[in-house]
Amino acid sequence: MAKNIIEKVWDSHVVYHEDGKPDLLYIDLHLIHEVTSPQAFEGLRLNNRKVRRPDLCFATMDHNVPTKNLPTINDPIARTQVETLAKNAKEFGIELADMGHPDQGIVHVIGPELGLTQPGKTIVCGDSHTSTHGAFGAIAFGIGTSEVEHVLSTQTLWQSKPKTMEIRVNGKLGVGVEAKDIILAIIAKFGIDVGTGHIVEFTGEAIHGLSMEERMTICNMSIEAGAKAGLVSPDEITVEYLRGKRFAPQGETFEEAANYWLSLASDEGATYDTVLEIDATEIEPIVTWGTNPSMGSGVSQSVPTADDYETESDKAALKKALAYMGLEEGQPLTSIEVQNVFIGSCTNSRLSDLRAAAEVIKGQKVHPSVKAIVVPGSHTTKRLAEEEGLDKVFIEAGFEWRESGCSMCLAMNDDIVPAGERCASTSNRNFEGRQGAGSRTHLVSPPMAAAAAIAGHFVDVREFVKQHA
Amino acid sequence: MKPINIVNSVIAPLDRKNVDTDQIISKEFLKRIERTGFGQFLFYHWRFDAQGNEISDFVLNKPEYKSSEILVAQENFGCGSSREHAPWAILDYGFRVVIAPSFADIFHNNCFKNGILPIKLAVEECDELLAKGLEKPYAIEVNLEAQTVTGEDGKVYNFNIDPYYKEMLLNGWDEIALTFKYEDAISAYEAKRVAY
Repeated sequence: MAKNIIEKVWDSHVVYHEDGKPDLLYIDLHLIHEVTSPQAFEGLRLNNRKVRRPDLCFATMDHNVPTKNLPTINDPIARTQVETLAKNAKEFGIELADMGHPDQGIVHVIGPELGLTQPGKTIVCGDSHTSTHGAFGAIAFGIGTSEVEHVLSTQTLWQSKPKTMEIRVNGKLGVGVEAKDIILAIIAKFGIDVGTGHIVEFTGEAIHGLSMEERMTICNMSIEAGAKAGLVSPDEITVEYLRGKRFAPQGETFEEAANYWLSLASDEGATYDTVLEIDATEIEPIVTWGTNPSMGSGVSQSVPTADDYETESDKAALKKALAYMGLEEGQPLTSIEVQNVFIGSCTNSRLSDLRAAAEVIKGQKVHPSVKAIVVPGSHTTKRLAEEEGLDKVFIEAGFEWRESGCSMCLAMNDDIVPAGERCASTSNRNFEGRQGAGSRTHLVSPPMAAAAAIAGHFVDVREFVKQHA
Repeated sequence: MKPINIVNSVIAPLDRKNVDTDQIISKEFLKRIERTGFGQFLFYHWRFDAQGNEISDFVLNKPEYKSSEILVAQENFGCGSSREHAPWAILDYGFRVVIAPSFADIFHNNCFKNGILPIKLAVEECDELLAKGLEKPYAIEVNLEAQTVTGEDGKVYNFNIDPYYKEMLLNGWDEIALTFKYEDAISAYEAKRVAY
């Protein structure tokens, strides 16, 4: 019988199955960061338990790390958290990319970069954006700290088998429209809980035409559609990305692995519990105007009005969101002025993101009322970008060029958007207070963020590029 | 984990959809390395203004709801970040039960690991509870064994729960200790596992 990739990967990881119970699922890769792991390691110590497979774990610091004046962490509580991870990794024998280590970076950027992320794996991390790794055809999902402790102890998790969903993105993407716009358009169209209880496979011409980094952006935000995980069937683009990566198999073993990976792709005629479709040709660059990721519209549109909604509760939700965001109903999106621009996060901080943003700002200057920062996703990304001279493009335009980390995506370090100010952000969440108490986040693609930095307000990057050519 | 079966309490009606875990526990409170002490920070930016004063019209600040052990909300409760600090804060604040039409997956899982009972009721049933609770303090009895919610006016709502998680909550079991009983199955799996 034809199977989809979700069923293939899930079924091959079931350690124990009993009707009426969740499956006991084996975990191939456990990524660890400093914020959601200390209580798990403490639990091991209190119960005199060991880490079952330290060789299947990999740790790094990302959420709390400063992006300038390394290695000093001014906040003593944050410093304790970072030091605690270093101590735990050492005590339990787990490989760590410590602050300042050449492999350090956002955990969802370095996993793929190092070749740890591979098709067919089950991958977990105490972080909801673990869905990123699904871009390779892995089942990758975020877990809580109790589950982190469970994986450390047993290398397994009890998981109820999710339903399967296909989101097919038909047609070709327009020029100036990015992977970020695809996923924001999907969430705007179908809602932030459409994927609840499901693993989503993204399919269609527009998806398989994307690079691995772009697929990561899509899968990264599948959690913003409520999905347990999001993934893309492996193809030649997946295989070529992994060739030569440090933790990927080498030589003949690589070819053997590649054949196995390609065999995991969904079979012709495979079915899903739910199938949704969207037309890529109709997607334009998106700007979010509200306080959850589904509250976004094409840049040529205006902020919705209460009349656009049917139910009283939706009308009330709109009003509440706009009150927080300081926006008027019906206001054109291009009239929104920004004071901050953040290019970074596990969604959009990879080399291709930095290149796309640099292309837009080349030879331009950041608007005088805007503070703009670029935070590469990892040390490696930063180094590669500098080898291409991208750092100079950003610095000459007036951006700050920082060290890698989660940074202003969630403002756990010193990179905070002041209360009442707006940020054009390439990150993934526009929740109230996400980038600092009272901050107002607008989610956009890297080129859209770059164009807003120059113009001082949102602009259609497609027009902007033409005018400044 | 503390076992849970019967909870009697006034409900705290939080009439909002898509309550995300950033609102439940804001990022500035995630730096502690303990599991305890997060209750004081629950819904911090909804409970307190920029000067740290209580915002009096926020539901949890109203005296009639302050001792509530049952939180009622709208759809998609607990969406966003996986932070288990969210259920830790809910529990530490004093809630044992959260009722909503739907929950985000990771938050839902996290509840079961901490002795919090997440109950899914229909949208109309949650609307009814919210309306009653907002009008005046409304007490209910939650009975996990019987899978019922009974209002002080005698109205009964039935709910479904996965039998595995029901047993875990009723007994307050340590899941890791239970999984160790499957050691042979895990070792057998590892012996034949395909890994590159």
